[in-house]
Amino acid sequence: MKKNISYIDSVHRDGRIWNLSVMFLLLMFPVAIALIFRVAPDWGALLKGLIPTVAMYWTVGAIETVTFVPMLGAGGSYLSFVTGNISNLKLPCALNALEQNEVSANSEEGEVISTIAIATSSIVTTLIIVLGVVLIIPLTPILSAPALQPAFQQILPALFGGLGVAFVSKNWKIAIAPILLMLVLFIFVPALDSSMVGMMVPVSALFTIAIARIFYKKGVL
Amino acid sequence: MEFSINHPIIFLIAGLLIAVVLAQSVYFLVKALRRSKQLGMDPKKIRKTITTAAIFTIAPAVAIVISIITLSKNLGLPLPWLRLSVVGSLSYETVAANNALNAMDQFLGSPIPLTAQQYLNVTIVMTVSIMMGIWLVPAIGKKLQNGMTKLGNRDAKWADTFQNSLFIGMIAAFLGYVFCDVSQLWTADKNGLIAKTAEEVVNGQQMDVTRYYPRTTGLVPVCVMAVSAITMILCGLLMRKPKLKWLSEYALPISLIVGMAAAIPITAALGQEVVR
Repeated sequence: MKKNISYIDSVHRDGRIWNLSVMFLLLMFPVAIALIFRVAPDWGALLKGLIPTVAMYWTVGAIETVTFVPMLGAGGSYLSFVTGNISNLKLPCALNALEQNEVSANSEEGEVISTIAIATSSIVTTLIIVLGVVLIIPLTPILSAPALQPAFQQILPALFGGLGVAFVSKNWKIAIAPILLMLVLFIFVPALDSSMVGMMVPVSALFTIAIARIFYKKGVL
Repeated sequence: MEFSINHPIIFLIAGLLIAVVLAQSVYFLVKALRRSKQLGMDPKKIRKTITTAAIFTIAPAVAIVISIITLSKNLGLPLPWLRLSVVGSLSYETVAANNALNAMDQFLGSPIPLTAQQYLNVTIVMTVSIMMGIWLVPAIGKKLQNGMTKLGNRDAKWADTFQNSLFIGMIAAFLGYVFCDVSQLWTADKNGLIAKTAEEVVNGQQMDVTRYYPRTTGLVPVCVMAVSAITMILCGLLMRKPKLKWLSEYALPISLIVGMAAAIPITAALGQEVVR
């Protein structure tokens, strides 16, 4: 029976076990704090703090899951939704790896490549953070230097400039319309600011799929 | 036990949880590497994938360390260390912590240290509010992936185009976001300034503070993106020479770093705060 299970099925099985276990362990963190320091939550304040936060971030989380899972692949999804930093790190990392290896994200090779890229990125991130925490005293004055802050504030533009060139140049026919739409929306609709970009990803993706479908049917692609 | 935001036992628990998350990444890496061998994939290409991913990760990971430093002033080191090693971000953790604390007449940046109960409320709000993705992927991830596979079996060419459309859609949204403050060029006041009001902590008090920036501030991300894009194009041209083919591994990390470095003089020229 065990031999019959495909690689993808085994990724889903293992991913489910890992993610649900990690979720349980993360939920145990506050429980441990409560038990060790013999303290109970302030229930009224907890509800007041929890309701607006959950309402906002569970909605964002649901949209992100549906949008990002088809892009990240199976293994990449389980890992990314535990380790975070999806749009600013894991997904660009996977996209770059797929593009560099010239494999389709839908193939098993693509699944393997994106998992390797995302797992490597997660491991390196965790290790750099450990190093940062250990060396926090000598590092704080360097990393908090005002002169360096603009560099870290502009990570996303610096990232998507390079990534954009790599991807748009290869798919320019389907890229022009969504880029123009997003430019017009972000420039002329004041409500669209940096906090709205996550919500605009599915809108932009659906629009691109619609454009691509029309071109595909007409034989343009 | 007497509570402290940097109590060694909190470090220990955070460290153990992070070790589990690290183990999950190692597990999936080994699993994918084994599969790549079975599929007969070129080991050189796999090594290249690992190197590129590792190098590319360094700058964004350092940015995460900066976020930990920012949050550690009020929340201690172990909680931000845990939260930013798993799903979360500086903006999310700040909103979650402030929502939890404001309900208890406290706030991030307050000179009054957190009590154990306030700390506990913060940890619960932070942990529960971001759980969606962690359980939703096990719940619907397989269905979503199977949908993509079925699409691929029906029409492989369309499935590839569909996948590329998703990627392009995401990139287009982020490219649009880079331009989100360009409208400041024509919405600035008669002195050419933009006022930005945000909650800050001044002398131990939480209050709205207004700062002024030149109208060109919105062009900073656009220029940074342009520098990064031009760097990528240059790398692409150089890669065509056989001697410089190795550049392909480093093209994205190089354009990221050059873009980030360029942000320093570009911000100084176009987006420096104006003191009134």
